[in-house]
Amino acid sequence: MGEFRQARWVEPLVFEISRESKRGHRFPRMNGLLKAALREALKDMPENLRREKRIDLPCLSEVDVVRHFTRLSQMSFGVDTGLYPLGSCTMKYNPKVNDAVASSDSIRYIHPYQPEETVQGILEIMYTLSSWFAEITGMSKFSLQPSAGAQGELTGALIIRAYHKRNGEGDVRDEIIVPDSAHGTNPASAAMAGFKVIVVPSDMNGCVDIEALKEAVSSRTAGLMLTNPNTLGIFEERILEISEIIHDAGGLLYYDGANINAILGKVRPGDMGFDIVHLNLHKTFSTPHGGGGPGSGPVGVKEHLKDFLPVPLVDFDGERYYLNYDVPYSIGRVRAFYGCVDVLLKAFMYILIMGAEGLEKASEISVLNANFLARKLSEIRGFSLPYGKDKPRKHEFVLSCSDLKHETGVTARNVSKRLLDYGIHAPTIYFPLIVKEALMIEPTESESIESLKEFVNVFAEISNEAYMKPELVLDAPHNTSVSLVDEAAASHPKTMCLSWRMYKSKLLSGERVKG
Amino acid sequence: MPHPYIPNDHEETIREIMKSIGIKDVEELYSDVPYKIRLKRRMKLPDPHSEMEAKREIERMLRRNSTVKELISFLGAGVWNHYVPAVIDEIVSRGEFLTSYTPYQAEISQGMLQALFEYQSMICELLEMDVANCSMYDWSSSLGEAARMAVRVTGRREIIIPHYISPERLAVLKAYSEPAGIRILEVKQKISDGQIDLEDLKCKVSDKTAAVYVENPSYLGFIIEDVKDISEIIHDADGLFIVGVDPSSLGVLKPPGDYGADIVVGEGQPLGNYMSMGGSLLGIFACRSESRLIRQMPGRIVGMTRTKDGRSRAFCLALQTREQHIRRHRATSNICTNASMTALRAAVYMALLGPEGFKELSEIILSKTYYMIKRLSRIDGVKTPIFKSAHFKEFTVNYDQTSRSVDYVNRELLKNGILGGKPLNSEFPELGETSLFCVTELTSLEEMDRLLSVLEDVLGG
Ligand SMILES: Cc1ncc(COP(=O)(O)O)c(C=O)c1O
Repeated sequence: MGEFRQARWVEPLVFEISRESKRGHRFPRMNGLLKAALREALKDMPENLRREKRIDLPCLSEVDVVRHFTRLSQMSFGVDTGLYPLGSCTMKYNPKVNDAVASSDSIRYIHPYQPEETVQGILEIMYTLSSWFAEITGMSKFSLQPSAGAQGELTGALIIRAYHKRNGEGDVRDEIIVPDSAHGTNPASAAMAGFKVIVVPSDMNGCVDIEALKEAVSSRTAGLMLTNPNTLGIFEERILEISEIIHDAGGLLYYDGANINAILGKVRPGDMGFDIVHLNLHKTFSTPHGGGGPGSGPVGVKEHLKDFLPVPLVDFDGERYYLNYDVPYSIGRVRAFYGCVDVLLKAFMYILIMGAEGLEKASEISVLNANFLARKLSEIRGFSLPYGKDKPRKHEFVLSCSDLKHETGVTARNVSKRLLDYGIHAPTIYFPLIVKEALMIEPTESESIESLKEFVNVFAEISNEAYMKPELVLDAPHNTSVSLVDEAAASHPKTMCLSWRMYKSKLLSGERVKG
Repeated sequence: MPHPYIPNDHEETIREIMKSIGIKDVEELYSDVPYKIRLKRRMKLPDPHSEMEAKREIERMLRRNSTVKELISFLGAGVWNHYVPAVIDEIVSRGEFLTSYTPYQAEISQGMLQALFEYQSMICELLEMDVANCSMYDWSSSLGEAARMAVRVTGRREIIIPHYISPERLAVLKAYSEPAGIRILEVKQKISDGQIDLEDLKCKVSDKTAAVYVENPSYLGFIIEDVKDISEIIHDADGLFIVGVDPSSLGVLKPPGDYGADIVVGEGQPLGNYMSMGGSLLGIFACRSESRLIRQMPGRIVGMTRTKDGRSRAFCLALQTREQHIRRHRATSNICTNASMTALRAAVYMALLGPEGFKELSEIILSKTYYMIKRLSRIDGVKTPIFKSAHFKEFTVNYDQTSRSVDYVNRELLKNGILGGKPLNSEFPELGETSLFCVTELTSLEEMDRLLSVLEDVLGG
């Protein structure tokens, strides 16, 4: 068994450690003037709108709160803890200086409605960052507004919709094409923007099947959503053909930038023929994922689409930076204000530190690391590297443990759980859907050769275990805070428990509860 | 020199890796990229900077900002300057939380999952609702998703919203609604007190209405009183009642669950998050425990369960079959990355404040609201608030009787280091020269006094 041992606190819920007598925070006392004002206010407040019952929040001291959440943090796992090869998520190191800068008063204490002359510094940063993104991707203009990749996709899909509408084809162009290997957000975003989703299959190399694509396009085609390198980590070599097919049919090309960490400085989506791009700053541009956000998903477009971007854009008139609301065919807004400004600041710092040279280096090493692992891991018994036999991978690759499953009963899920026992986060599993027993692995440039070799050793060990003593793998994990979690029960209507209040009411009604 | 973030950035190491994968040049790994589209020059970006240089550079740029620590601010309208207890910054800077991904791997992510479950649970207590998801991007996208959810639940396509709503929130609602064929109708609000015109509402509610949406406190700070009636009107028509809240009001205001809300949305930024120019926000999203609602919820939801061996309590993501990675184009939403870290901040905040702290917070804000209104209305020609209703945290200030415009007043205030209220004249021209002022627990009596004396000068001069 591995040497990793995760903290195993038996930590009750905040509600269960509550003691009536405790306080975790005190506000300043009100003086006489304010007390008088409060009396008046309460008199003015309609009786039926006053809160009668006390809020059922827990009572804890500040000490309790700090210990509780510190213990919870010890039962979590981040890039700071160890190897995190979660494919498609680009879990690279998040430089600490970025967090330091983003937590300075000169960003935290800015209100979004301050007059422009009081926020020239941050506007300059945003303007500059947009122009860097345009250069990195080969686009003309960026909006920094979208809150994450998926919201960037929605923005892009809304732009596609607005563009066709503007050309008088809004009613006819109602289909968006996505490959079967696409990330789930692609079809979901297209559907949210009102499109019918047409799925095209992959060919033997895991790339878009060109013949199928030709058949899928029609006068109803609004656009195609694609990531390149694709989710198998393989570069779509025939991208220019794909672009031509879509453009000839009158559609637009949308680039899902989740995988751009592989190609910085090497090839740009704009030059591949894409019209719209989103970037996930919480992937390629090193901002922390924060356990699931906030991230940031800026959207860039080519010249002919810039009048459709969300408002406001950050612009420069030669003297001052300003918020530009004058965007003729703007899709409007997808969120309040101007984007996740604090996250943008971290990405700005990252690019400044890396420079063109550093970004290109990051891509190269991420690709080297991935190919090293792809080679070594696919040599291990039970694992194989389907699709694109002799093709180099880019920043990630998808391993299959189909053989392992047939020979030992050990599945991709079991392998991923067993990895946790060694203090390594699991890869993305069962995605893309076109690979059986998929383990999608992305080491990023942040891993050293030593840690890559260690990873290979662990995989070999798990393979051995699977053949020699499969129970060890089938029952994994053993070293994490808890053993295998009953996920089905969490979603079953009978046992489902989504809040403390639901838990209490189920207990009271004598229902079977888990927890 | 190897880059500090790239351990393998070293010639020998690179050579070793290349050897084991059988290549002689890194470029071979890009040989499948057609030459035609390769970037044949270096990207035009800054030269690499050391940490020290980069920090100096960005600090130089940021110095061109003035913050609400240097200026006295009365701005709100969607993001508010609240106090953030030091404990919160400490907890969220822990790398195990900060640098983790969405907790797909439950066994190694119990801490984050429990914290998010606690966030959901405490939000439910605050709102008196049964189920909350573990975050949306912000209030406006929560509203957009709520409208779409109401349409899925009811099979109807009209949403009725109040006239006085933040233009940003409205724009997002429209962007989210239009592709789903949702029609947005506006219900009148009385100019005297801002209250919803119930007769107008009754006329507009029909068997096409998916939901009625109101905000409490409203965008302009006044409290909507007839929430029970509104709830009845929409429920009689078998539609849903969606309520938008500012959680900082809920220590004194009745929670929406007590007056019939089916879905509650709101902005969680006041709960332990900084303004950061409207940056990382927190969309609140909650509903009642009805399966037709829960099954249509957008976003991640954490559930409490047990380990398979039954030995210990455990947490994991629940109801994932609603989500994009499984349901794809039929998912309830496209949301993937959400706002866990701002939700974690909110969880720590609520745990610190507890019931008494929350009541105190709301009372302090309420008392300052009334104190400020009273003092301001003593100034000649200033009318505040426009609407004769109870107010919380924000209120309208009208200068029509002073012959000064909002822009003029705000410019003069800024010369004196004060950020006046948000101008409303272009958003709601019928309100005349009006701005929206905001006070929070951080607004001191001295700052209010300073505003009053400067304002008297500006308007008197
Ligand atoms: C390929 C791909 N596309 C889109 C997304 C969605 O991005 P986000 O989570 O930022 O919304 C992801 C993230 O997981 C992804 O891997």
